[in-house]
Amino acid sequence: MNTLTIAWKSIRQRRVASLLTALSVALGVTLMISVLVINGVIDRMFNQTASGYDLIVGPKGSALQLVLNTVFRVGAPIENLPYRYYTELKNDSRIEEAIPFAIGDVTQKGGFPIVGTIPRYFALEYIPGRHFRINKEGKFLPGTWDSVIGSAVAKQNNWKMGDEFSLIHGSAESGHVHDEKFKIVGILAPTGTPNDRTVFVNLRGFYQVSGHEKPLEEAIRREAAFFGEKVDEEKLKARLKESAAHDHHDHSGHDHGHDHGHEVPDAQKEVTAILVQMKGDRLRGFSTIKFQSELKEGNQAQAVNPIQQISWLMTNIVGNIRTMLIILTSLIIVVSGVGIFVSIYNSMSDRKREIAIMRALGAGRTTVFGIILSESVLLCLGGGILGIILGHGLVFVAAPIIEARSGLLINPFAFSSTELFLLPILVVLASLVGFIPAMTAYRTDVASTLSD
Amino acid sequence: MSLLLENVKKSYREPDGSSLPILDIERFEIKDQEQVVLIGESGSGKSTLLNVISGITAVDSGKVTIAGTEIASMAEVVRDQFRAERIGIVFQTFNLLPAFSALENVLLGMSFSRKKPSRDRAKELLALVGLEHRLHHHPRQMSVGEQQRVAVARALANQPRLLLADEPTANVDLANQQTILELLRDACHQNQIAMLLVTHSQEVAKQFERVESLAEFNKVHARV
Repeated sequence: MNTLTIAWKSIRQRRVASLLTALSVALGVTLMISVLVINGVIDRMFNQTASGYDLIVGPKGSALQLVLNTVFRVGAPIENLPYRYYTELKNDSRIEEAIPFAIGDVTQKGGFPIVGTIPRYFALEYIPGRHFRINKEGKFLPGTWDSVIGSAVAKQNNWKMGDEFSLIHGSAESGHVHDEKFKIVGILAPTGTPNDRTVFVNLRGFYQVSGHEKPLEEAIRREAAFFGEKVDEEKLKARLKESAAHDHHDHSGHDHGHDHGHEVPDAQKEVTAILVQMKGDRLRGFSTIKFQSELKEGNQAQAVNPIQQISWLMTNIVGNIRTMLIILTSLIIVVSGVGIFVSIYNSMSDRKREIAIMRALGAGRTTVFGIILSESVLLCLGGGILGIILGHGLVFVAAPIIEARSGLLINPFAFSSTELFLLPILVVLASLVGFIPAMTAYRTDVASTLSD
Repeated sequence: MSLLLENVKKSYREPDGSSLPILDIERFEIKDQEQVVLIGESGSGKSTLLNVISGITAVDSGKVTIAGTEIASMAEVVRDQFRAERIGIVFQTFNLLPAFSALENVLLGMSFSRKKPSRDRAKELLALVGLEHRLHHHPRQMSVGEQQRVAVARALANQPRLLLADEPTANVDLANQQTILELLRDACHQNQIAMLLVTHSQEVAKQFERVESLAEFNKVHARV
């Protein structure tokens, strides 16, 4: 019978107190595991998502808002950029790829964000070294009214190839439903990024949705203001007249079905953001910075490095929240540790005789010290292991719920490498809280205790 | 020689700082396999003597030799080890651990020696004391007589050279007193173990050839 067996016997003898003490540790560890796993998910999501492009170009305003809206499809867009600005960037000799994004609508079912874009988007890497994969018969937005949906959208809305859906302008609660319907022509394989919860529609179709094209006069005036040009009032009047005649001819009855196919003039198109990939390999970083500073000097648009913004977000907001949560859960574990101390320490007066008997049978002081310390370690480790199981169980159960509510994609089997340190830390904690009761056992006066 | 005490002195410190002598024994011995009864008034130092012999309490001076090994000069940790392997103790109140079954209590007696505890031997010992059917019963499920028999089995667990029995029949009903006594005597005889048995009972004492009164060889007559 070794020290651990004897310690285990003693724990079993006080099973209710032991169970409650171990449970308090387990609850602390459960919370810690949940925090670690969710933190890991957030960390991965924020650090891996922005890839395949160097910059996000968008209207002036909050750089973080631009990144959150464009990459994570969270929050409202800042404003829009004229389509002409996108075509200029596309033709800029320093730029390899310019991918336009039009964001702002959501699906009628499920409220998933809609991104109007071009098929080239799917050629970019979504995380380093990973390219989008689509289902076997799927296609990347070849037609005007085509749509490609993320895996989570397909799963949650139970949408299949060929299904059609409507868009809502604004939020699912307050916006109005557009008449036009998009057809699903591709379902993306899971990426573990916000793309899984996104519905991509062909940009051409997006513009053709009623209400998406800006009124011509407003669009022309805004475009001129954006580029710092003067509006030629005479030309504007003539263009408006021509446009009115065209609208009357083409849009009688306001039929915006799939086959009406009217092309929206570029002047009336806007983009929410443009993903930009610079040319070159070795000098790419330099040209990115140069391009970014060029835009900084102007006052219409901004170019944002998504990595920098995410890093700022992680350090200043997410990082602080994470630190706070880890400190809180650590405190819970420490308090549980104190509970173990109180439980064992209180039992020492009852167990003094048992310890004296063992000493009389030949157990050395260090042996009885070890038995009490082992009890503390067993309780802490038992609670810790239970907490790890419960923590992962909680993540497993909560993952689909969190995913549905927040869009955070959580692997139910996610594991944080920090967990590897949890059990050794618990052993240290157990040794600390078990030390004083163990010393009490060590100092037990055998003769006087047995004569009592 | 199983036990030899030479010039053993032991005193306790009083709360006021003064010294209270308990034992002052010039010479006391027990031969191999000898069974000796020790009688003495309450507070005459019997328990202290047993604690000194078992090495639980250190002496102030003198020699305590058990089976040829002098233990008084040993470091405490070595003395503990020696006690585990060479001395068996039967207490008046049995002192079984309540969380352990009869078998586990005997195994616990083997756990602090360097030899590996043997379940087979523990079962044999419990069979020897007539408890082969009570192996997995806990002390609260056994009668006092049975509990003392488990304590006897535990004391024999490491094949000691000396068995110390402190009033082993005092807490046992009359019917069991003789059984326990015979069990102790037979087990010591069969296993060639010397025994020092402390008792108040004249009935018990008269069954032994050698009966010693502590007052006769302890020069101190103070009460503890």
